[in-house]
Amino acid sequence: MKIVVCVKQVPDTSDIKWTENNTMVRDGVESIVNPFDEYAIETALRVKEANPGSTLTAVTMGPPQAKDVLKKAIAMGADDAILISDKKFAGSDTQATSRTLAKAIKEKIGDFDLIVCGQFAIDGDTAQTGPSIAKHLDIPQITYTKEVVNSSDSTLVAKREIEEGMQTIEMQLPGLICMVKCDYEPRRAPIKGVMKANRTEIPEFNMEEIGLEPEQVGIKGSPTYVSKAFRPPIREGGEKITADSPKELAEILLSKLKETKVLVS
Amino acid sequence: MDINSYKGICVVAEATSANKLTGVTWELIGAAKQLSEQLNGEEISVILISGNNDVNPLLKEISEAGAQKCYLAQDDKLAAYSTEYYAKIICDIVNAKKPSIMLFGASTTGRDLAPRISSELNTGLTADCTELGINEKGLLAATRPTFGGNLMATILCKSRPQMATVRPKVLARPEAHSSNNLEIEKINVKLDGVPLRTKILELAKSLSTACVTIEAAEINVSGGRGMKTAENFKILEDLAQALGGAVGASRAAVDAGWRGHCDQVGQTGKTVTPKLYIACGISGAIQHLAGMNASETIVAINKDPDAAIFDIATYGLVGDLFEVVPALTEAIKKEQLTAAI
Repeated sequence: MKIVVCVKQVPDTSDIKWTENNTMVRDGVESIVNPFDEYAIETALRVKEANPGSTLTAVTMGPPQAKDVLKKAIAMGADDAILISDKKFAGSDTQATSRTLAKAIKEKIGDFDLIVCGQFAIDGDTAQTGPSIAKHLDIPQITYTKEVVNSSDSTLVAKREIEEGMQTIEMQLPGLICMVKCDYEPRRAPIKGVMKANRTEIPEFNMEEIGLEPEQVGIKGSPTYVSKAFRPPIREGGEKITADSPKELAEILLSKLKETKVLVS
Repeated sequence: MDINSYKGICVVAEATSANKLTGVTWELIGAAKQLSEQLNGEEISVILISGNNDVNPLLKEISEAGAQKCYLAQDDKLAAYSTEYYAKIICDIVNAKKPSIMLFGASTTGRDLAPRISSELNTGLTADCTELGINEKGLLAATRPTFGGNLMATILCKSRPQMATVRPKVLARPEAHSSNNLEIEKINVKLDGVPLRTKILELAKSLSTACVTIEAAEINVSGGRGMKTAENFKILEDLAQALGGAVGASRAAVDAGWRGHCDQVGQTGKTVTPKLYIACGISGAIQHLAGMNASETIVAINKDPDAAIFDIATYGLVGDLFEVVPALTEAIKKEQLTAAI
């Protein structure tokens, strides 16, 4: 099988700081592999291992430093990787991003059987890029995938986590899956893998090299744009209740919850 | 694209297995009414896709919620949700009827389907919105949290239709009004030649009750690192049961293996907006807050008086949860208290 994994470099959102003017400080924020993409890499590796002779290629779109996430994928076990990078891609929304990634996969990787993505990126949190890539490549998709049950050259069976419970679904390949957090953890990169990643040349392609036009990418190729960004109102804490005994604490709380009609008898 | 030829607000309906509209479908129709008022009364339509079962209860609800028109697509092939068939039906309706705004629930189905449609139609889609409005130019202004809830962004769309998925239980549910004015247009379902490359093999409903109920529950009792063991969650289950609520967990508790991931509240788990959220032994990391800080009332129980959760809790109880929680459960049972509806 020829497997592709899409990964994204994201800022660590647990480490967000603000200026006095309520703008987000972006400098000095640590970049990490999107956590859901680590599950995508792990799942792609498991599919690769279950189908001997398979290859795994990692792809990302981003600035030159985004090569770090591709190196991580190679260190974990991907065979190779490509970086899609061009200043013209700046300002891409999910539509432009998915169009760019789909075209790059088609032109530079070719006859793939399976594409694995993370369900969300923790920065944008849209969950749209995966399904949109599938549409641009006219292949089926399974979103909210928890586990790949089995796979072959022609079909894949997966479990997806939806409101009603756990759905088992079969998909014809080529196809795309989006991974949520799995019951297994992403593997740590072995030393040998890290050494291999350091040795591996990662080819880089720009807009022209993947065959797109300026009006299809970046701000021009994006139907949506941000008109306003602001810090959410900070929820004010209420009162802290202390008492001599747990029973008394419980009673004070319940009287307040009854008073405010949160609870009724 | 002649954007002036696009008019009206169209909601894509979802139904439950009990043949009722989902809560978010009601909320979307309510939002559509408000947007319509700001757009000189543009038409509010609903797309309902279904198998050949009785859709009359759903049509009645759609009418009561306030829609004026319903595009009804019925076929045996549409009895279960499939990305490819549903996307084809909706794209055909949009191309023929040209709504200016299209709203989907940010359910797993809505978030599976909407990006597929926006890419087919080559238009913009804003994900998981928590607020919708019309700006001074008459455009849909869709506001959503981003960067793990650290930043809010208001997004506009240059093309048509302007599409959005909307987070459940955030917008108000409209009051039901009886009305006989719903115009129903039956859609001629054309699926010949449309590939269906997925097949549902099984749905395990009872895998975990929390998976089903955690987002729907009006009361949520969640435990964190302070719970110490999986067995200790029993006291939270007792409290949740006494209140008719569900039990959730912080990432720390899930990572420790005490609860399954489908119980996880927070950035890499579920977003919940219950009427009452009781956080037990949860320190209040920003990622956890992102999943629950829109709850109406937040109670925090924690031994550490400096825990960050107290900064946002409506009522903060400083104490040992292993003593306070059972005391609460007992008092609730004694007074037979339940959530106000």
